[in-house]
Amino acid sequence: MTGVLPVALEEATKVIQALLRAGKEYIGVMKLHGDASEERIKEVFSEFTGKIYQRPPLRASVKRAIRVRTIYYLDALEIDGRNVLFKVGCEAGTYVRKLIHDIGKVLGCGAHMHELRRIRAGPFTEDESMVTLHDVLYLYDRWRETGNISMLRRFILPMEKALGLLPKVFIRDSAVDAICHGAHLTAPGITHIESGINPMDTVAIFTLKGEAVALGTAMATTEEMLKATHGIMVKTERVLMPRGTYPKLWR
Amino acid sequence: MQGIKTPWSIKRELLTKSEDETDPKYGYKPEERPYPEIIKFGIINLDKPPGPSSHEVTAWIKRILGIEHAGHGGTLEPIAVS
Repeated sequence: MTGVLPVALEEATKVIQALLRAGKEYIGVMKLHGDASEERIKEVFSEFTGKIYQRPPLRASVKRAIRVRTIYYLDALEIDGRNVLFKVGCEAGTYVRKLIHDIGKVLGCGAHMHELRRIRAGPFTEDESMVTLHDVLYLYDRWRETGNISMLRRFILPMEKALGLLPKVFIRDSAVDAICHGAHLTAPGITHIESGINPMDTVAIFTLKGEAVALGTAMATTEEMLKATHGIMVKTERVLMPRGTYPKLWR
Repeated sequence: MQGIKTPWSIKRELLTKSEDETDPKYGYKPEERPYPEIIKFGIINLDKPPGPSSHEVTAWIKRILGIEHAGHGGTLEPIAVS
């Protein structure tokens, strides 16, 4: 398999858990083991859209109990005899190879996945920020030779990019260090809130400079957070910023 | 095609609870982090080549950059030939 593989460095490895839970998009080739009409293929593809049941494959590293996953969409882009070029958008933890195998069973003729390329992992897509291993080697060497930091900026993104799909809560400087020590976020520390937050949603806590401070669980809706004068609004789950980055203004 | 909203198509609005300013003495805007913070708090959007495993590719990145820790967001394993 090829495609989008976000690689987090040093302290940024803490954001990986957010990426593992994020949706993915793939483009691939399904090879049918017999003939099936275009109409029937598209019909079965739409049956495998929405909530599906999937038993993890034998080789999987997780418990093999049947689990539910959401397929956001599954499109047949091109059908050429027994080759079907498809594009799928799916929830984290969907086994695409298994999905294709199961589609083959329902079609009756059987099928396997021939090629697969990931085109999205959460907020990361095949855009101008994507680099190859060769780019990494070349640009890192250029940085070593010239000391020009723009060489690093061309292939290293801020870890905040990984949190791009999470709803954000922004806090004032005076609230930052307490969060870094594991305190929960209370109403007075909040300056800005993104719309659409509901209790139990995973949210990202940001400084006013746009730096990630922590991941947490919302205890209230956006509207409630806007009105609240006291009380815990976000329970801190995973601190991302080192302690002491901002001054200690709490007792 | 089916109309299920994908998590990446959700649009959010930024709402203000109270205004405040941030002191430039502390922290950095993410896109202005100097060396070595740029690496310490960095992530690479890598186009994984076919062949090596996600784990091997991550180990190469670690060696190239001479760093202690790196991790990848979701395994992309080569297709097993069976």
